[in-house]
Amino acid sequence: MRLLFGSLFAFLVAAAVGLGATYLTLTRGAAFGTMSIGAWTARPKSGTADADPYARAEIARAGRLPTGIGDGVAFTAQTDDAGKPLDGRCEVVVSGVTPAARFWTMTLYTVDGSLVANSLNRYGFTSEEIVRHADGSFDMTISPRASSGNWLPTGGIEHYLLMLRFYDTAVGVSARTGREVPMPSVTTRSCP
Amino acid sequence: MIRWLLLLVGGALLGGIVHLGSVMLVPRTATQDAYSRLAPSAPVNTVVPLAAPTPENEATTFMDPAFATAVCRYDLSQGALKLTVPVSQSYTSVTFYTRYDVAYYAINDRAAGRRVIELDLMTTEQRNQLPEDEDVTAADRLIVESPTLTGIIAVRALAAEPGLMPAARAALASAQCKRS
Repeated sequence: MRLLFGSLFAFLVAAAVGLGATYLTLTRGAAFGTMSIGAWTARPKSGTADADPYARAEIARAGRLPTGIGDGVAFTAQTDDAGKPLDGRCEVVVSGVTPAARFWTMTLYTVDGSLVANSLNRYGFTSEEIVRHADGSFDMTISPRASSGNWLPTGGIEHYLLMLRFYDTAVGVSARTGREVPMPSVTTRSCP
Repeated sequence: MIRWLLLLVGGALLGGIVHLGSVMLVPRTATQDAYSRLAPSAPVNTVVPLAAPTPENEATTFMDPAFATAVCRYDLSQGALKLTVPVSQSYTSVTFYTRYDVAYYAINDRAAGRRVIELDLMTTEQRNQLPEDEDVTAADRLIVESPTLTGIIAVRALAAEPGLMPAARAALASAQCKRS
């Protein structure tokens, strides 16, 4: 009887620990070879045949087709530079320059990867559309209310994420650390 | 007391194995992965244009709305495939995914280096069976080896501005994937 209860207990612990860890890694995101620059993270390896089991599981669970390394690299920001989760009710400014790439696109998604409804049907910007300063840098305002310049509407949702994809770039292929890759800053300006 | 502590440690160790096993099993058991989402609307070995993603409706998650996308769900069990993609004005890329959505090969228009991207897709076995005399190393014949019998080819053409979307869609409309 003691043996039965003992093994039942051990199995329960195993199930809780094992499945709990799996759930956490899939929802919070964990993969080897993560490249972090400021608020931005990318996993260039996820776009190759060498993707590790965590990346494969996350891709299958999310239901996405990842960006292949020969195509480009995708950076995600879920928080601002201070670590505050991106809130669609606040005004967030993304500004600075981007690493060398033939094109890039910035897209706003819900945390599940859907686009966010808004009256303009604007879901993001491409590098061709963005209005830049004289020195080539840009400011992008991400807020629920219309604003001048590069405005990306949030639709007022609570949590969102930004995906910055670089196409035809050496980022992720040759750059080993984040230091030589200039990424735009993400700052929360004001919250209601 | 010691006994329960030992059981706890043993259970936690076993939990590590459960964790690794379940992570490995996720791709095989996922029902909402990209391949399963695309399968009902994408017939085998045909290029199908995907509707532009909207907040209500998207073919897969995290689609880039700046791109026109077409997919070819392939099945190599009947033989190798030939993929032909005319290059659009700004940027075109082709990405190959396994049945479990792992991107094992991607190429863009500049790397392909001509007006039309032409690729032969086959399994390693089919490649080994190619006749010896055929000049498979010729630079004009790009061969991609698929690690799985089935999978997805995603063809993407960038519309750098929303106004260029019809042109990007038109460029993809003549893309083909068929038995070679």
